[in-house]
Parts: sequence; structure tokens; C-alpha cells
Amino acid sequence: MTDADFRTTPLYGCHQQAGARFIDFGGWRMPVQYAGIMAEHKAVREAAGLFDISHMGQVTVAGDGAEPWLNRMLSNNLERIEAGECQYTFLLNERGGVIDDLLAYRLVEGGFLLVINASKRETDLAHLRSHLADGVELTDRSDRFAGLALQGRRAAQVFDAFFGENVSRPSRNQVRRLERAGTEYLVARTGYTGEDGFELFFDASAAAATWDGLLAAGAPAGLQPCGLGARDTLRLEMCYPLNGSDLSPEHTPLEAGLSFFVDLEKPEFIGRKALLAQREAGVTRRLVPFRMTEKCPPPRAHYPVYKNGEAIAETTSGNLSPTLNVGIGLAYIPAEFARINEDLQIDIRGRRFAAVIEKKPLHRPL
Amino acid sequence: MNVPENLRYAKSHEWVRLEGDEAVVGISDHAQAELTDIVFVELPAVGLEITAGMAVAVVESVKAASDIYAPVGGIVCEVNDALAADPALVNTDPYGQGWLLKVEVRGCEEVDALMDAAAYAAQITG
Repeated sequence: MTDADFRTTPLYGCHQQAGARFIDFGGWRMPVQYAGIMAEHKAVREAAGLFDISHMGQVTVAGDGAEPWLNRMLSNNLERIEAGECQYTFLLNERGGVIDDLLAYRLVEGGFLLVINASKRETDLAHLRSHLADGVELTDRSDRFAGLALQGRRAAQVFDAFFGENVSRPSRNQVRRLERAGTEYLVARTGYTGEDGFELFFDASAAAATWDGLLAAGAPAGLQPCGLGARDTLRLEMCYPLNGSDLSPEHTPLEAGLSFFVDLEKPEFIGRKALLAQREAGVTRRLVPFRMTEKCPPPRAHYPVYKNGEAIAETTSGNLSPTLNVGIGLAYIPAEFARINEDLQIDIRGRRFAAVIEKKPLHRPL
Repeated sequence: MNVPENLRYAKSHEWVRLEGDEAVVGISDHAQAELTDIVFVELPAVGLEITAGMAVAVVESVKAASDIYAPVGGIVCEVNDALAADPALVNTDPYGQGWLLKVEVRGCEEVDALMDAAAYAAQITG
């Protein structure tokens, strides 16, 4: 493939300057690491890290009919959040399978912002447009926005250094509009690492200035640029699912153990009937986290999982946990075995190693 | 990149240092940098008979597992047990404490056939 086959974010030049190595992720050429995945993972757990999330899609939904329509498109209940708040939610198919997992923000000025996965932009938009109703304006703003995730134990300290000590920070799952040096920022207290943190969305023209400004402001706190490698190990320690790996149109949020983000009491939403039937019948598989209990190579996605000598599943994610220094992963296990402390074996290149099902999350940040 | 003069190199980025009948094998500084943080090293059993080009070890980073190929044939006579506790030695000291295995070789023809430092340096910068 040539470079022209990949999209790059407005921060591509900044990544090159910072010494990034790149990988191709959902059609995007994104930094996988700068100093190293282990060091970046540690920076987020102990200090702070800065991630480019400009590849994620931003879609706004406005109009008189926006709320009732969106509430029929998404699994969680938008009535539970107030202006300036956001919630984690799913876009489901009729079978209750996951098309995408996303954050829905109820904006203070009215309307909603959906932040969707980069690799699902076209799929999500096609799905939403095919169900579009009168009085609803759906706008893809992905190419206008740049996004940065500032994550880590010292994220608040970096926020203060960048925006000013007298600027009040949004609370958990809140979103606020802030201005700095002529740029308007939409700042949410959200993230996907398990640590405190913020996600900033702003006009793509301010991308490099914001990147440089945050790294300078955050240097005393130990802020480091972080790539998708650390993003993956951080989210896996928290058992946060990655769409395309742990979530798919073949699995429902009930199977993924994420029913908290599905409101079956809502009168109507796509996938509801299938989920009610599944709840009634009981799920046959559940996504559970496991930890390796003997010295072995790190587990990875698509490794066979054994129980009592029989192959019962395949891992959907796996890696070495940099914090725990053991192999960890996720797999959809038959419901009869999907219990905490249940022993499993993971087949790693033809050899089986002992593992145990654990409680979520695998790591609990301080 | 560090490419010591006194070693021989395979195209697939392993180095060899001949010590009498024993060939010490590791991976180059360039290879460890490309592989990034090494978190696990799988080594062959001592006594295994190997041939040049055979996949004899697996080096795993957070990102991926990579095969390591025998640059020379012979009998595996020792493996670096220290890597079980500290696989990152391959990153921090690839030509020293981060060695992988020792192979008892018959003659030095296969070692001589490998690249010298200048040829390998040209390969990785080319």
C-alpha cells in the first residue's frame, strides 16, 4: 500500500517530530509509540500522557426531533444525562449486536455530540442515515475537529497549567466549553485508561499549537506523548472493550457484561427486542477477563481457550499487563464456566498455559 | 546504531561471536530497537540440533511475537536463563547480557559466510 491509502490526523507532523513509530489502524496511520509502550503506560499510571484521538469521528445531532430519535438509535437512556454531561452507550443492530460503542454528549447549547470509533465512522453514519427522521439534522464534523486525550494521575495538574488555575475543571463525565489563546475547546472529563483525564476537541487548525502547548505545560508533571500501544494496554487492564476485538455485531452488550449501558426500560430502541429475548433465555457466553497464572509468553487475540481439555473459546484481546507484569486478556466464555476464580488454559503457539478468570477491572488505579 | 566490528551478522538481524567451538548468538541493536520493549523470550531446549535458518527462539514485545532464526547450525549447548527473569536485557545490552543461546558448531564455514559489520551496517542503513 502507498501512503495515499491511509488517512493522517492534523498532528502527523508533530508525531514525526516526537519520534513516533506508526501503525495502520482502521485506515489511519497513527502513532503506536514514541519512547516505548512500557514507559508510556507507566507515565499514564504514575504521571500523565497525551494521546492523539483526532482519528475518532465526531457527529452532531440537532433539531427538535434529535432527542427522541437518538434515544431510539442508542442503547443507554439520554434522559439520564443533563446538559453538559455525557454517557457511554451503544449503537446496536436489530439482533442486539454491537455496531459501535461511543460517547454521547448533551451539549449545553442544545443538541448532541457523538464521539465514535475511527474504523466505524462510515458504518455508523450509514446506519444512522438509513434511520433518519424528520426534524433531525445529522452532521459529520470529523474532518473539522482534532482531538487529544490528556490522561493520568496528574492530568488535573496539567489541565490547570494549560488552561489556568482559576479555570474550573469539568467534573467526571461533564463537558465544558473553554477558550484559550483564541481557540475554543470542548473539554470533557472522560477517557479510556482508568485514570483521571480529559478529552479535548477543537478546530483542526489549532492542533499543533495545542499539542505543543499541552506538552510544554505538562512537562513539570511528567507529561509524555503516548501512542496506541499504551492506549491498548491501559484499556485492557481496566477491561474496557475494544470494538472490532471484544465487541462485534455478533455479540450483545449483555454478553459483553455491559448491560449497565443498556436501558431495557426504554420503550423503544434498535436491538431492544432481541436483548429482552436474550435476557429472558439467559446469555450463553460472557466476556470475562483472565490472568495467566504461570510463566508464559503474553497471550494475544485469537488464541484458543481450553477447559477440561476441550477448546471452548478464543481470546478477543490479550497482552502483557505492564502494571501487573503478567499476561491478561478477555474472552467470550460459555456461561457455565464464566465465573470468577474458574481455571482456564490458554493455548499459546501450541502449548497450554494456566489462567484464571478474574473480577473486572484487572487493575484498580489508586 | 551499534554494530560491533568483532561480530558476524545474519540478514535476519542475529549476531554470532565464535568462542572456540561455541557460537554465541543474539540479536542486533537494530533488531532490538525495531522490536521495541521485549517482555518475553522463548528459548530452545539445550541439546536441540539446529540448522542455519531454523526458527529457534521467539522474542515477544508488547506489540507482537517475532521468530529468531539460527544464523548457524549445530547443537544448542546453553541458553541465557537470565532472560526469563529479565527479558529487557535484550533491549539494554543486546551484545552482552542479552545474548540468547550458544551453539556447538562444526567448523567455522557457516560463521565465515555471514556478513561482517560493514556489510550488515550497510544493510540496515540501506
